[in-house]
Amino acid sequence: MTSHTPLLSLTDITKRFGTLIANNAISLDLHQGEILALLGENGAGKTTLMNILFGHYVQDEGTVRVAAGGDVMTTLPPGSPGAALAAGIGMVHQHFTLAENLSGLDNIRLGTEPLLSFGRRHAARAKVEKIITESGLDVDLDRRVDGLTVGEKQRVEILKALYRDARVLILDEPTAVLTPQEAEGLFAVLRRLAANGLGVIFISHKLGEVLAVSHRIMVLRAGEQAGELVTAQADRRAIADLMVGKAVAEVTRTPGARGRALVEFQSVSLGKPGHRAALHGVSFDLRAGEVVGLAGVSGNGQSAIAALISGLAVPDSGTMRLYGDPVTRADPRRLVAAGVARMPEDRQHDGVVGTMSVADNIAIEEVRSPGFSRYGFIDAKAIRARATAAIAAYDVRCPGPDAEARLLSGGNVQKLILARVLERAPRVILANQPTRGLDIGAQAEVHRRIIAARDRGAAVLVISEDLDELFALSDRFLVIHAGEITDAGPAETLDRATVGLLMAGQTHTPETLAS
Amino acid sequence: MDVLFDIFGSANFWAAAIRIATPLIFGVLGALICERAGVLNLGIEGIFVAGAMAGWLAVYLGAGLWGGVLVAALTGAAFGLLHAFLTVVLGLSQHVSGIGITLLATSASYFTYRTALPDVSSPPRIVPFQSLDLAGLSDLPFFGPVLFSQTALTWLALLLVALVAFVLYRTPLGLSIRAVGDNPASVEAQGLSVIGLRIGAVVVGSALMALGGAFLTMSAFDAFFFGMVNGRGWICIALVVFASWQPGKALLGALLFGAFDAFQIRLQAEIGQVVPGQVFLMLPYLLSILALVLVARKADYPRALLQPWTKGQRH
Repeated sequence: MTSHTPLLSLTDITKRFGTLIANNAISLDLHQGEILALLGENGAGKTTLMNILFGHYVQDEGTVRVAAGGDVMTTLPPGSPGAALAAGIGMVHQHFTLAENLSGLDNIRLGTEPLLSFGRRHAARAKVEKIITESGLDVDLDRRVDGLTVGEKQRVEILKALYRDARVLILDEPTAVLTPQEAEGLFAVLRRLAANGLGVIFISHKLGEVLAVSHRIMVLRAGEQAGELVTAQADRRAIADLMVGKAVAEVTRTPGARGRALVEFQSVSLGKPGHRAALHGVSFDLRAGEVVGLAGVSGNGQSAIAALISGLAVPDSGTMRLYGDPVTRADPRRLVAAGVARMPEDRQHDGVVGTMSVADNIAIEEVRSPGFSRYGFIDAKAIRARATAAIAAYDVRCPGPDAEARLLSGGNVQKLILARVLERAPRVILANQPTRGLDIGAQAEVHRRIIAARDRGAAVLVISEDLDELFALSDRFLVIHAGEITDAGPAETLDRATVGLLMAGQTHTPETLAS
Repeated sequence: MDVLFDIFGSANFWAAAIRIATPLIFGVLGALICERAGVLNLGIEGIFVAGAMAGWLAVYLGAGLWGGVLVAALTGAAFGLLHAFLTVVLGLSQHVSGIGITLLATSASYFTYRTALPDVSSPPRIVPFQSLDLAGLSDLPFFGPVLFSQTALTWLALLLVALVAFVLYRTPLGLSIRAVGDNPASVEAQGLSVIGLRIGAVVVGSALMALGGAFLTMSAFDAFFFGMVNGRGWICIALVVFASWQPGKALLGALLFGAFDAFQIRLQAEIGQVVPGQVFLMLPYLLSILALVLVARKADYPRALLQPWTKGQRH
């Protein structure tokens, strides 16, 4: 399949933003039928490199060349997305670029037909349907995009590129928004596309999926080419070290001392009966000194659990108790004051106020407490001092306490939230998707902090779609499916397959059936 | 009840409803095109005035009626271009720019009128569009007077509804306009110009708004008065929401409003001695607020409405 002349060739690409060198003399070749993973931590320069390739940015040095038939390669003019599109380079951005009020088909057609014409809807549909058959990218073309799932939207994005006869497909962190099941489906499609002769560049910071899907891996670190290797011969440990530049400390979990129940759910129901994302009479407890992992495919009631523990909702029926007392009123402030720490699922949206400073965001949950205000007025000096200390203690990388929170990367926003909620030594911690989208370094840091809080005696509920994460953190597993919770027992007694079956709604595992 | 029956049964009433609706049809279509592309154009009230004045003045100074219509459209387009420059190119607040355009266009129109005609005391008249009798169809019972007593501009407005709907839903151009008002990044990523599409939409939309004004001076009346637009532009802004940004529903909304207005005039004549006239004047506006309350809560706003677009910036 692999021909001698590459499809695409980047030579000595250098890009500077002010004094920051985002890419330093990076060269790579992509061949037909190949899936090349571009692996690196956040800020390593992966997206910058691809934005240069696609013409969003102009490189300071270096050239991009594409195959032009035979052994000839032509140089792509810098800074022109149009030229990149015309040369057969398709890009699926991390944030989708779809018009949600149009159908999938119309999004695919957009910009491909002369504006002042009647369009070629039928021809377009025929071509897209052919691509769907060949690639397995099944999607309802006539449905408005706002009615599609995230996975389906991503398929529309890929179809957009293929419809324009892309020979090179770039995917920027494509699995960040997908469930593990959807990610598996995507990998299958990518393998099929590569087998049909497409060249694929897969940008990711997740080692596991890179190993699963790619043929070749290029590792970037701080703008430099840290290494290049063939996936089949790659060693997980060695790649992780290449990415981070130093040995990554694995989080070690010692058995905890399980204490009394701090949070109890007794036959709690919330939301529309029969609805998948509602809760239907769930009972469980969270005990001091214990990390409980809540596993489940997203949209099965996790949000309702999170809303209850966050104080955003109260049960429709049943009782939720905090330290033994029933919670009868949705009062987030009282819950926070009582020692509940919340790490929301959508941390950029629900965790911080983007246009407020880092210092204000650290103070925001307890701005009325004596440490932050005096005589009912905000004590800016105290807030700033506390923020400066927290920034140092939690290694929040930002220009300073006055920087706007929206300028922080995802990992640093999460560290900011950790600094806000853990400084108070909370007794109950809700960690909802605590490391989604974070790089290995930040992930390890978040995990370490969660384990430390548990060792201090906090009750922790970790909600995650990442089973590896749940196994790394949890003492005990709960599995949620269609709003019902199964207590799967201590983590030591479980394996991925068992949890996976429970996630799929099988209440009896093969073992229990056998016994 | 007899009163109501008399009113709704008369061809005269329905003819008036369509006549009153005509400028609103132009205006609501214009506003709809702008907003579908993501730009709110509160300059509409002033553009109505400018269109009314410019079209009329052109005819008064010797141009043909269709020449006047063209002048009105170009005047609207010019103000649209200004609004587009401020809001699309410079990315300034669409509210502030729009209200500024309304104030500017209104004052500039009055100023031009005064300077062009310094000595007149009563507004000079032109010969306006006459009702278009299509092959004697006006002799048809009921429908004759209702439909075929209208002028060419009314027919143009109705035609435009179909045309705008067709372009919006059936052509690549319409696709791009709907996309740019929902998520400009989608258009950018497909190699089209966000700025270009938005400027085009605002310019064309503003030209249509000006035709709404021109209808007033060149068809409904035969002269230009100060204050004659009287909030019709603002009504169009409300009607767009009522219409959920759909041309067909926009026509329906404009006709409904026209019917309310024609109704209150007639009701006033019937029971005007008992109820003060102002109550009747209020009626159509009251009803349109009521309609908005019912409809607008679940309105399907263009998602990128009011959001400026900067190339290369992350959204």
